[in-house]
Amino acid sequence: MKKRSLLGKAPAAPYLVWSVLFIIAPLIFVAYYAFTDKNGNFTTANFGSLATAEYAEIFLRSACFAFLATIICLVIAYPVAYYISKTKPKTQKILMVLVMLPMWMNFLIRTYSWMAILEDTGLLNTALGYIGLGPYHMINTSGAVILGMVYNFLPYMILPIYTSLSKLDPRLVEASADLGCNATRTLFHVILPLSRSGIISGITMVFVPSISTFYISQKLGGGKFDLIGDTIERQFQTAYNYNLGSAISFVLMILIILSMTVMNRFGEEEGGMVA
Amino acid sequence: MKNAKRINKIYTILIFAFLYAPIAVLILFSFNDSNSTGVFTGFSLQWYKELLTDTATLNALKNTLILAVLSSLIATLIGTAAAVGINKMKNKYIQQTINTVTNIPMMNPDIVTGISMMLLFVFVGGIVNASSNLSFWTVLIAHITFNLPYIILNVLPKLREMDRHLPEAALDLGCTPMQSFFKVELPAIMPGVISGLIMAFTLSLDDFVISYFTVGNGFETLPIRIYSMTKKRVTPDMYALSTFIFVAILVLLLVSNFVGERDRTKQAIKNSKKKTGAGK
Amino acid sequence: MKKIVFSLLLLALLLATILSFSSCGETREKIVLNVYNWGEYISDGSEGSLDVNRAFEKYYLDTYGVEMTVNYTTYASNEDLYAKLKSGATGYDIIIPSDYMIQRMIEDEDGNMLEELDFDNIPNYKYIAEHCKGLGYDPEEKYTVPYTYGMVGVIYNKKVVDEEDVGTWALLYNEKYKGQILQFNNSRDAFGTAMYMLGIDVNTTDMTKWNAALDKLVEQKPLVQSYVMDEIYNKMEGEEASISAYYAGDYLSMAENNENLAFFYPTDENGEYVTNIFVDAMCIPKGCGNKLAAERYINFMLSKEAAIANAEYIYYASPNSLVYDDPEYQEYMGEEGMALLYPDDLDFAKVYDQYAYENLDTEMLQEVNNLWEQLKVESASLGNGVYIACGVLVAALIAFFIVSYVKKLRRRRYYW
Repeated sequence: MKKRSLLGKAPAAPYLVWSVLFIIAPLIFVAYYAFTDKNGNFTTANFGSLATAEYAEIFLRSACFAFLATIICLVIAYPVAYYISKTKPKTQKILMVLVMLPMWMNFLIRTYSWMAILEDTGLLNTALGYIGLGPYHMINTSGAVILGMVYNFLPYMILPIYTSLSKLDPRLVEASADLGCNATRTLFHVILPLSRSGIISGITMVFVPSISTFYISQKLGGGKFDLIGDTIERQFQTAYNYNLGSAISFVLMILIILSMTVMNRFGEEEGGMVA
Repeated sequence: MKNAKRINKIYTILIFAFLYAPIAVLILFSFNDSNSTGVFTGFSLQWYKELLTDTATLNALKNTLILAVLSSLIATLIGTAAAVGINKMKNKYIQQTINTVTNIPMMNPDIVTGISMMLLFVFVGGIVNASSNLSFWTVLIAHITFNLPYIILNVLPKLREMDRHLPEAALDLGCTPMQSFFKVELPAIMPGVISGLIMAFTLSLDDFVISYFTVGNGFETLPIRIYSMTKKRVTPDMYALSTFIFVAILVLLLVSNFVGERDRTKQAIKNSKKKTGAGK
Repeated sequence: MKKIVFSLLLLALLLATILSFSSCGETREKIVLNVYNWGEYISDGSEGSLDVNRAFEKYYLDTYGVEMTVNYTTYASNEDLYAKLKSGATGYDIIIPSDYMIQRMIEDEDGNMLEELDFDNIPNYKYIAEHCKGLGYDPEEKYTVPYTYGMVGVIYNKKVVDEEDVGTWALLYNEKYKGQILQFNNSRDAFGTAMYMLGIDVNTTDMTKWNAALDKLVEQKPLVQSYVMDEIYNKMEGEEASISAYYAGDYLSMAENNENLAFFYPTDENGEYVTNIFVDAMCIPKGCGNKLAAERYINFMLSKEAAIANAEYIYYASPNSLVYDDPEYQEYMGEEGMALLYPDDLDFAKVYDQYAYENLDTEMLQEVNNLWEQLKVESASLGNGVYIACGVLVAALIAFFIVSYVKKLRRRRYYW
C-alpha cells in the first residue's frame, strides 16, 4: 500500500520543481518591483497610486468585458461541444482539430481580417449592402471587443467541455429519460453536472486570459478606452515604470485568484447538490 | 429529438463559419495584386513567389515549429505526470495551492510573464556568468511554462471523472503501478492529454510577447517577425504563408481520414472473416 | 485522434528539419554579426531588390577573406529595443534606434549603452549630408551614423476633405470631419499633434502646457474614429477613415494603392514647417562581439549600391548624398516623391531643433502616461451597455445560486 501511494504522488515532483523555478521565482520579481520604488526601497506607494477612480473604472470595465466574453463563450461553446461529442469517433477527431486550426494562423493577421470584415466600408457591410441592408456600425464598439475576445478564446471553452462530454456514458442519459425526465431536466440534472469539471476548466481558460488581454481592445475597440492589460503594458513599455506595472498586475492577480476561488466553491456546492 | 439534433448541427456549422470567416478573408488577401491587406485590387500569385525566396521568413517558420513542437511535447509530459500526482494528493489545501500556482502563468498579462521571466534569466545568467543570458533554451523554458497550465487543466478533469477504483483493481489483479498507469489510467485520460497538447501547441505557435522578451539574439520566430513589421506594413507574403500552412494541414487531415478509413475497412473485413470462420 | 495529432506534429518537425538542412551548411570558422533592426527596414531581396545582408557577406569574403554571416533579426518599436538591451541581452552588434532613444541610451542612468565609433573604419561617413550630422542626440558625432530620416505629415482623402481645410494641424481637430479622423495610439505622437497645433514645445517639462495639450486631445476625442498605429495603412487605403497623421514615406506607399489619397506637411501662418522630424541612426551597443566588423557593416550600408537599395525599399529620405544625388534613384522616386521626401524649402536644422522629440526623463514619461490614461478614461461612453448586461447576468447568477442553495437545504431537511 505504501509503495502505491508513494508512486502516486511522485509524478507531480518535476512539475513542482518547475513551478517553483519558473512560476514562483519570476513572481518574486514581480512582487519585489510592486513593493519597491525606483531606488529599490520598500514602499506601498505603488498600490496607493492605484486607489483612484480611474483605475477602479479600468479594473471594473476589464472584469465586465472578460465576464461577458466568458459567459457568451460558455453559451456558444456548450452545444457545439455536445454536438461534436455525439458524432462518429472519427468525425470527432477531425472536428477537434478544426476547432483549433484557425488559431494556428497569426493573431495579428486574424485581427486585421476581423477589421476588414467589420468596418463601415468592410466586407460584411458591403455584402449586406447588396441585399439592401445596412450599413451597420460595428467596429470600434464594445460589441466588437467582446466579439474579438469570444472569437479568440472560444476554442479554449469548446475543447475542455468536449473532453468531459466525450466519455459521458450515454446510458445515464437514457436512464434519466426512462425515469421520466424530459430533455431539459436531463440536461440540467444529468449532463451539465457530469461535465462540470470541463466547464470549470473552460471558464478558467477563457476568463483568466481575457481579463488581462491587450491588443484586442486597441484594434477592434478603436483604442478609445483602456482595459487593464493595455494599462499594464504601457507602464512597462512607455512609462518604464516597472514598479507601478508590477503593482497593477499584482492586484489583478489577487482579484483573479479571489474570483477563481469563489467559482471553485460554487463548483463544489453544485457538486454537493448533485451527489 | 431528431429535429433538435438537426438544429444543433446547423448551429455547429454556423459557429464553424464564425471561426473560419477571418481565415477566408486572410486567404483572399494572400492573392492580392498589391501590397495592401485592406483593399483587394486584383488576383495574383506574386506573394507566393516572394515567399519561396524569402529565406528569413522560412527560417522563422522553422524556428517557430521547432519551438512549438518541443515545448508542447515537454509540457505535455510534465503536465500529465503532474496532474496524475496532484489528483492523488489527499490534502485539500495543498491541492488548492497548487491549482492557484498553476493559474498564474495564465493570468499574468503576457508582458508581465515575459518581462519577469527575462529578469529571472538575466539574474541567473549574472550569477553563473553566462556569456549570453538569453538563448533558445530560455525561450523554450518560457514556452513550456505557459503551456503547462493548459495541459493540467485539461487532464485533471479527466482524472477526476475516472473511476478511482479502476487503477486499484488493476493493481489488485497483479499489474505493476507502471502497467496500471499505461494500460488503465492513460487510455482513460487520453482525450484530455490530446486537447491539452493541441492547446499548448497552438499557444506556443502564436506567442509573440513572451518569446520576444525571453529569446536570445539571432533566433527569430514567425510572430516576432510579423509583429516587427507593423511600423511599415505586414506584407501579404505572411498571408500567403498562413494560407499555405492552412491548406497543408487540411490536406493532411483529409489524407489521414482517408487512410484511417481504409485501415478500418480492412480491419472490419478481417473481423467479419474471423467471425464467419468461427461460425463455421 | 492520437494519430492525427502526432502525424501533424511529425510533419511539423519534418518540415523544420528540411528547412534547417537547406539553410545551414557546415561549421567552419566564421564571423557572425548580429544586426537588430526595425521590421521591413532593409532591402531584403524581395521583388527583385538587392539582398543587402547577403551582399555584405559576399563583400566581406571577397575583401577580407573571412567568412561572414549576418544574423538579422527585427523589433517593432524603440521601446521594445530598449527593454531588450536593458535586460542585459548582450550580443547585438548593430542596432538602428531613433534619435530620442539614442539620447536615452547614451544618457542612461546605468551608464552609456553605446560604443564610440571609430570613424577611420567608416570612410563613407563623408557622404552623409552635413545637416544630418551632429544633431542634438549625438552633438559630437561619436556614436551614430544616420540611416534614414523623415517627417510626419497629414494624409487625407481628396474625396472627403475640402482643399480649403488643408494645410495645418487644425485638420485633425476639424468638427466637419467627425468620425473620419485617426489619431496615434501612443502618447508621444498624439500629444505631439496637439502641441504642434497649440505652438507648445514638444519637449517641455512644464506640466501646465502638457495639460493644455490634454484638453485639446479630450476635445478631439469625440471626433476621432479610432486611435491606431499600424492599422493606418488599411484604414486609409480602404477609405474607412479620411484623415490621419503619418510619415511621408509611408504615404507614398499608401498612395500606390489608393489614388484618392493626398498629403501635406502642416505649416504655420508664415508657411514654415511645424512638424516632427525623426532620424534613425546606426549604432553599436556595448557588448558588441566584433566592433571592427560592425563598423565595416555600417560603412557598407553607406556604399552606393546598398544605400540606394535600402532607400528604394524603405521609402524614407536618405541622409546619404550618394543616394539623393543619384539620377536613377531620383527617377525611381518620381518627382512627387522627391519633392515630398526632400522638400527644397526645408530648413532642416531649424525644424529639427524646434520640433524633434528629445528624450524625456522617467518622471516626465510617467506624468505623460498618466495624462494619456486620463484621455482614455475621459468620456469612454462605450462601456455602459456592457455594465448593464454584466449587472443583469451577475444578478441572475446570484439568484440562481441562492435558489439552488435553498433547495438543497430544504431537501436535507426532508431527509431528516
